[in-house]
Parts: sequence; C-alpha cells; structure tokens
Amino acid sequence: MTTTTGNETATSTVQGGRDATSAGREPVLEIKDFSVVYRTSGGDVHAVDKVDLALHPGEVVGLAGESGSGKSTLAYGACRLLRPPAAITGGSVVYRGRRLARPVEILGRHPEELRELRWREIAIVFQSAMNALNPVLRVRDQLLDVVEAHLHLSKEEATERIGSLLDLVSIPRARLKSYPHELSGGMRQRVMIAMALATDPEVVIMDEPTTALDVVVQRDILAEIVELKQELGFAVLFITHDLSLLLELADRVAVMYAGRLVETGSSDEMHHDAAHPYTKGLLNSFPSLRGPRRDLAGIPGSPPDLRGLPPGCPFLTRCAYGTEACSRVDMQLLPVAGSPDPTHVTACPFVLPSTPLKAFVAPQASGAPVAPQVGA
Amino acid sequence: MGAEVTPTSAIVDSPAALRGPLAMEAIALCKDFRLGRHAVLSAVKDVSFNLYRGAVVALVGESGSGKSTVAKLLAGQERLTSGTIRLDDRVVDVKGRHDFRRYKSEVQYVFQDPFSSLNPVHTVRYHLTRPVRLHQAHKSAEELDRELVRVIEQVRLTPAQQFLAKYPHELSGGQRQRVAVARALAAGPSVLLADEPVSMLDVSIRLELLNVLDTLRKDFQLALLYITHDIASARYFADEVLVMYAGNVVERGPAEEVTQAPAHPYTQLLVSSSPDPDDLGSMLRHGGKGSTRQAGEGAATLQGCRFHPRCPFAEEKCRSESPPLLAISPSRAAACWRLDVTAPAVVAQARGGGEGETTS
Repeated sequence: MTTTTGNETATSTVQGGRDATSAGREPVLEIKDFSVVYRTSGGDVHAVDKVDLALHPGEVVGLAGESGSGKSTLAYGACRLLRPPAAITGGSVVYRGRRLARPVEILGRHPEELRELRWREIAIVFQSAMNALNPVLRVRDQLLDVVEAHLHLSKEEATERIGSLLDLVSIPRARLKSYPHELSGGMRQRVMIAMALATDPEVVIMDEPTTALDVVVQRDILAEIVELKQELGFAVLFITHDLSLLLELADRVAVMYAGRLVETGSSDEMHHDAAHPYTKGLLNSFPSLRGPRRDLAGIPGSPPDLRGLPPGCPFLTRCAYGTEACSRVDMQLLPVAGSPDPTHVTACPFVLPSTPLKAFVAPQASGAPVAPQVGA
Repeated sequence: MGAEVTPTSAIVDSPAALRGPLAMEAIALCKDFRLGRHAVLSAVKDVSFNLYRGAVVALVGESGSGKSTVAKLLAGQERLTSGTIRLDDRVVDVKGRHDFRRYKSEVQYVFQDPFSSLNPVHTVRYHLTRPVRLHQAHKSAEELDRELVRVIEQVRLTPAQQFLAKYPHELSGGQRQRVAVARALAAGPSVLLADEPVSMLDVSIRLELLNVLDTLRKDFQLALLYITHDIASARYFADEVLVMYAGNVVERGPAEEVTQAPAHPYTQLLVSSSPDPDDLGSMLRHGGKGSTRQAGEGAATLQGCRFHPRCPFAEEKCRSESPPLLAISPSRAAACWRLDVTAPAVVAQARGGGEGETTS
C-alpha cells in the first residue's frame, strides 16, 4: 500500500506483464460463450450473444462499442448484477483469484455466496459518479460502509484504511467530512475509484468512468488508474465508446457491435491494422488533434434492432464492404491472416487490415441492403 | 478585481470573417454571479468576439470556464453585468416579451443534452410546430405541414412523416439531437449557438451531427458558435478557436494554428491532455503522474493571472498582474506574460513575418 516503492519496479513488471499476457498465465476472469437477453413484450432482445472474453492478471482490457451494443450488459451480466427482464441464457464465467483455493464458476453460484465475491474480488466503478454516490451520506460513511461490510475491520483500522484510500486517489483527508455535492465531478469520480479499490479487488470493472469529465481531469484520473494498477496489481475491464482513449490506455481492445464481439487484439494492432469494417469505421470517425487533417467518414446509419436479427453479420446494413455472402457469415472470431499478434481475431472473413478504406454507398430505398462489390 | 487596469483586448482579424458578413458582435462581455453577501464570482470577464455568417467560431474550455455562460448571455437567457451585444449592427436591447421573441427568431440555442431538452410527452411534430408558429408568418395547415417536412429533412431525418409522428423515447440520441437542431432552425435564425451539441453522443454518431451542422451552416449562411471541451473537434469544425479559462479568453486564433502550435500554457495543457492513440510511449501506459491538478475552486477570484497556480511557467508578475490578450500575429492573440518562454517558436515566427527584432 506504500506509495514509496519505486516506480521503476512497477513499470518493469507491467512491461513484462504486457508481453506475458495471454501467453502462459491463466486469465483471472474468463467469460465464455456468454449470452444475455432482455425479455420484452415485443420479443427477446439479444443484448449479448455468445461472447468470449478473457482478462489476465494486471491487464487492461478495453471494451469499445456504441451505446446499446451490450458492453455494459456483458460486464454486469458477468457479475450477475442484472435484474429481470434481463436473463442470462448461456455460457460460463470463471473467476480465478489468488485468494481463492480454486476457480469459481460465477454463473453457478448461489446468490448469497456471490456476496463474498462482489467488491472483495470483483469491484465496479459505475458510470455516473453523480448518481452512484449517496447524496445524503458523507464520503466517510460511504467508504466505511464498504470497508466494514467486506473486510471486518475494527473501527480504528477501518478509519485508517479509508484515510489511506483517499491518499491513494490524491484527495485530502479533510474531504472525508464532505457530502458528494460539495465535491467536483473529478473528485467524485476519484471517490468512486477509491471505493472500488477499498477491498483490494483483483478485477476492477470501469464503466465509462471518465465520460462526463473534461479532458484534463480525465487524463489525470486515467493516469492515476494506471498507476494504482501497477501498484496494486489488479486487472481492469475498461468500458467506453471512445476508442481513441482505449487505444492509448488499454493493453488489449475488444470491439462489440449489436451484442457480439466483432474484433479483438492488442491495442497497437487494432490501431494500425484493424481488420473489421466496424472497427475501421470507428477509427475513422474521431477527429485527431495531431498529424495532418484526415477526411473523416464516420459510420452512417444506426445499430440494428436486437429483436430477431437476420442471420449473418449484423453490421451488414451499415457496411461499405457488404456483399450477399455476408448474410451467411456465422460471426466466428478467426485469427487475422498475416497478423503478428496471435490474439488478433475478427468476425469478418472478407475484409483484411490491408483492405483500403471505402465510403459507404447507401442501398436503394426499398431493395435489400446490399452494397455493390467487395473492396479489392 | 474590479478596479484593476482594464485590459484592452487585442484586436485581431478573425479568420471567420473570410466566410461572410458580420452577424453578431460580443463586446467586452462581463457576467458576475453573487455568491453570498460579499462574495462575487466573475464567471465571464471581458470577452469579445465576432460571429460571421457562414462561419464557425469555437469556444473551448473545461467545465466552469464560463463558455456556457457566454452562450446564455448571447441567447438573452442571462443578463449582462456589463458589455454590449450587437446583432446586425444594432445594439441588442431586449425589453419585454415582444422584443425577446423577435430576438429569438434571429438567435437560437441548441442544448447539450438531447435526453432532457425534448419533452417526453410530445411528438416531434409538436416540438417543431411551436417554433414555426411562433416565428414564421401565419400559415395554413397545409403550408405548415410542408414547412415541417422541410425542416426535418434539413437535418436528414427521413422519411419525414414517420419521424414527425415519433416521440422522443423512440429516437436514438443522435436523432434526438437532430430534432433539437431542427427545432432551432424552424425559427429561421441567422445565429445558432450550439452548446456542446455532441458531447452526450457516441463518438461514431458525433461526426454525423457535426456534418449536418456544417451543411446547414453553408446552406443557410448560419453564424455558428460551437461550444465544446473537445479541442480536436474544434480543429476540424471551426474557423476560429477561442480558448477560455476561468472566465477569460486566454487564447484565440485560426483553428489549425491554435491546435497545432498552442501558445498559452493552458491551451498547451488542453492539447496534451487529449487522447492520442498515436502516442504509444504514452505516460498512461507507462504510468507516471498526470498533469497538474485540476482547476482550483477559487480561480475566478484570484489575483493576477487566473491560471498561475497551475502554470509551470508562472513568475512574480503572473501572481500580481492579470495579463491582457496580447496580439501575437494579425490573427492570433494570447493572454500570457511569458509567451517568449511558453511558445518561443510561435512568437518568433510571427515576429519574423512582421517586425523582426525580439523585444521583451
């Protein structure tokens, strides 16, 4: 917990970790073939459909996608935090913690047993700090609550513990007396992070933790998260729609579209050699501050209705490379041909990283949404 | 703070002027908010700029920098403490409802949050009918319908009739925001004030809305004020960028120049904080402390330059005297005493073109 241990050691382990990730060690959280539906009167909404995702110790995995793509549902579902009408319809989620004797299948556990796992082992930083903190309780009481419920400490120990938690996220201890509305947005978000880290969890899920913040504050907080991660060694699942942020922050990036994973790979690979048309579209939709001005294309249209998707690729209606063959694709994640990164997989069997960018041609008003030809 | 030497803002040629005639002038706008018995927060201080038809001026800054207050002043939603607003060469003096309505037909506002700016119990048709009725001459039912279709097609929501019948909850965030833009356009304004129009939207949707705004700017010769905290989008979208910090404009100039070679230390901080996927040696991945701590709460009541507590270049003068906006080149200005140190290249280049000798 000491902040004084040299930064160099931390950095080197993590860099070692970066290379070692996904190679030999077993993932701390392994999601396999995971599906969630929302049962509505209009039919089942397939919010997450057969997703595989692994999180290795000390790794930052970024989960990117538009709103409604199922990224939060996936993360919350894996912790079984969803309420009806959501229902988990299949798959497995295995957690392997250092503190636990053997791996735990989260989906098969009794709800009471999950209490020991949640927060202690897997903590979540929720999206909106404004709403996630209790407005009528002081910061101190909210932090004490967590520490007392999960760590069973004495009063003095607990008080000392929450003080050091605030130190960790660089908030003066005097702020323990404050109510949430007396803190700035950035400070509130820091308190949320401190709360998540209160029990020294091994997996921290961060759901758009910085979306509501200014860039300067955002960068501050991200730098802090990375630093804490190196110090404490937890793994992070970072959810956001801002791909540019992920590419800089994460070790690996997974892109979701319409409830499915469409591409995963190391962030370097995803940045320079993205294979899936959707990832390419995302990469080409944010203005860059540095380098020459590029022509931005964006992604036309909006995501499909997740009730009764047609077979094949769900991105077809918005894809510049779409052909008839796309409606028969089975959305298997396959290794990208010629990629130096063996973990780089894509759901599109037709488009390669080298396929040149192409503008989307809107389909004829009534006809089937099939664009003319595949890019060379 | 009140009685110091009033900084005379440097007069710069706005690159936005090349696009079209002058539409709106903001001259030395000030806005104070009374906090307590003696405490006053000067949220906007001596802000001047012009909006030109067919051009985009971006106001960039963090939350609390006063950029939204400027827009509200221009929209007539907040009263000026001092300063003048001129619209089409006439001083704006809104007295009473009638004046206000007439002013509103020229100056419209798009709010940040499309989830709360539309009334959930009314259809899109209702939202658009009201401004058309209020601001356009009397129309028959048929004319009205044609006008509504025209307005909604302008923001690329087609088929129009289908969208007119929808309720806000049936629309995506991007579609809602386009309805909000359509509602503003229905009044037939010449000036559009867009307050963070895309910050609540997904990254992939943002570009589409910005493109819609850009087309409208061209088609209707709209004068656009684009307020954002995302300086990268200002680079792509705006002609001129004004950077605000704690109520002051600290830097202004052509968008490309300000974003590529920022002169003021705060602009430099903003630029270096923006996500940069190309930066693979990023401090984020290798750890290390972030930038300077965020804005002190009392920044707006500080003596001297309001940025000095966070500024790595601050010296004695910065702590005692507030810097005016000094011209760097004919189209650029920055409010900093230490430009020679913070941006030597920018200053040298500007001088090299002009006077030659470096004086301090």
